[in-house]
Amino acid sequence: MHPTSRAFPENAHRALGDAILQQSLGIMMRQGFAVRRAKVVARLPEFEALREEARALKDHVLEHLDFYLETFERNVKARGGLVHWCRTAEEARATVLEICRAAGARTVTKGKTMIGEEIAINDHLEANGIKPVETDLGEYIIQIRREPPSHIVAPAVHLAKEQVAESFRRTHRHLDPARPLDEPRQMLDEARAILRQKFLAAEVGITGANILVAETGSSIIVTNEGNGDLTQTLPKVHIVLASIEKVVPTLEDATLLLRLLARSATGQEFSTYTTVSTGPRRPGDPDGPNDYHVVLVDNGRSALMGSEMQDMLRCIRCAACLNHCPVYGAVGGHAYGWVYPGPMGAVLTPTLLGIGEAAHLPNASTLCGKCESVCPVKIPLPRLMRHWRERAFEQDITPRATRWGLSAWAYLAERPPLYRLVSATAARVLGWLGRGHGRFRTLPLAGGWTSVRDMPAPEGRSFMSLWTERRR
Amino acid sequence: MKEPVRVALFVTCLVDLFRPSVAFAAVKLLEAAGCTVAVPRSQTCCGQPAYNSGDRAHAKAIARQVIAAFAGFDYVVAPSGSCAGMIKVHYPALFADEPAMLADAKLLAGKTHELVAFLADVIGFEGAGARVPCVATYHDACSGLRELGVKEQPRALLRRVQGLALKEMATPEVCCGFGGTFCVKYPEISDRMVSDKAADIEATGADLLLAGDLGCLLNMAGKLQRRGSAVGVRHVAEILAGMTDEPAIGHPKAR
Repeated sequence: MHPTSRAFPENAHRALGDAILQQSLGIMMRQGFAVRRAKVVARLPEFEALREEARALKDHVLEHLDFYLETFERNVKARGGLVHWCRTAEEARATVLEICRAAGARTVTKGKTMIGEEIAINDHLEANGIKPVETDLGEYIIQIRREPPSHIVAPAVHLAKEQVAESFRRTHRHLDPARPLDEPRQMLDEARAILRQKFLAAEVGITGANILVAETGSSIIVTNEGNGDLTQTLPKVHIVLASIEKVVPTLEDATLLLRLLARSATGQEFSTYTTVSTGPRRPGDPDGPNDYHVVLVDNGRSALMGSEMQDMLRCIRCAACLNHCPVYGAVGGHAYGWVYPGPMGAVLTPTLLGIGEAAHLPNASTLCGKCESVCPVKIPLPRLMRHWRERAFEQDITPRATRWGLSAWAYLAERPPLYRLVSATAARVLGWLGRGHGRFRTLPLAGGWTSVRDMPAPEGRSFMSLWTERRR
Repeated sequence: MKEPVRVALFVTCLVDLFRPSVAFAAVKLLEAAGCTVAVPRSQTCCGQPAYNSGDRAHAKAIARQVIAAFAGFDYVVAPSGSCAGMIKVHYPALFADEPAMLADAKLLAGKTHELVAFLADVIGFEGAGARVPCVATYHDACSGLRELGVKEQPRALLRRVQGLALKEMATPEVCCGFGGTFCVKYPEISDRMVSDKAADIEATGADLLLAGDLGCLLNMAGKLQRRGSAVGVRHVAEILAGMTDEPAIGHPKAR
């Protein structure tokens, strides 16, 4: 996917003017995941303690990542599977394609995978004559609409049901054009009937992994539709696409993350399906793939190790930070211009695309801190966004006007007597100019402020000057 | 007799320029609580504009100046959760790699407080006997709320103001869209956020909006007035001190 993060302000402008999008976002932010999360969290007294445990678990894994990944690989092999180490998105795409070709694949079913989006695996497969079919309903909808996801858990959250019905009619032309498609249930049933055929036809199934378990060599996915199970058990070949930071030491550790994941993501106590996948089908197993591959993707992650961004590698992709972010709630996911939106995207996207491309994202935040307060692994997202702002400033990416303004302001702020004089003068001048209405509707050099709200006028004297006069 | 507590007031740049009444209200409250108040003259700003824009060098230079200006007091108090949070939480982070400065930064951080939290938690202030008949709603400004845990303290003290009824918004903890330079760098997004906030405020039917941070108050007052709303906007310290002679933020003086 071609990134448009540079055009964040224009993207945001469009999003704010899109009435359907605004309606969908409004419903999500006011009645959606955040509200449900608050309810389930209130029912679990140890939730805060679990967050701290999960943070410690992820930090421990990151400190010993090589050990746990090698343990994972050993145990995958011991159970008859294969692990492919891929440094870059390109290597990962080539590896997946090679496995698909070896399996003679014409159709590939896919469970939901954000790594798949990150490495743009669908485009690569299609360009090479293999048809990828998304089987998560939301992913299926955006695939037939040829749109990227706007949310990492609910990829089609930006759409209204009428838009989905319209896409179904346009795509499923073999069905009766007069069929009713007014209710989500009718669309779900239609998608299910169509996908059932694909599950049976596909030679390869690709899933992501919410968790990799080192001690057993297992991959774990959670879904609410059961599509992941069919994707990984019906085809002859199962490919797990996973980034390196997904590994945990034991199944017990996995349960800790699972207790946090669904609650943080969708406000469920547990996802409907939690599927543990360990190696290919064994003799006597009723089903399962003949081949089990894990494509382990680094794609810039190991470069974060030991850096100030390392904390970001704790992320379990629950989207709680998106669901609670007032900026995400205002503009939606597409405005961010790439795969990962919201606060986690504002930190992760610059690591993957470069701060030059993504400088707007960590800047387009009030640093209100809500994201950090709900993060199940306690990632200090505002601090990491600020780190990116520092990198942008160091590399001269920060706009010149901003830099010049900061220098001028700092020149004064570092000279208290001069600062007092300027502040006292500004208070007098602006106070006098604003004396009639108490506020300004427009003000030179303050267009960013007065374009959308009035500027209250100062009282007329600076505190420091008054204090000096009145000091007893 | 008990020694009076020596408090240095960190005025904040916005209060100094826009609304000295807030600082005078803070002085009145602190004195009523038995403190002596000093206002170090070499203060300007806490450095947040630089810090949050990624300009670490200027942020550090200003932080050094604040650390020097405010050494030697029992406490440092600011009528702003975001400036107090800057000193309390972020100064130590700024000097994490400079051991000599870090000790001073931590010392200052340890004795710095947001005004209302200081009155309620540190001094055990029981109110100045203010009487302000009104229906008020209180916005939890982000830094005070999430960095410093300011939530119940202002409400507890407001309950002691005679004639004041507190009516909560649906979402008092959602950011108002100020965010320092955010509001001028991304005005359209800020507008959406502050419009939602203004609607929430108006829906309470309150005639007065209160908060503990002047930046957020200027933003919300500016939006309410652009919408033609009659809701008055004041810093919580003005009400706690019973100082309402100055017109509400953005309202003209009587002539």
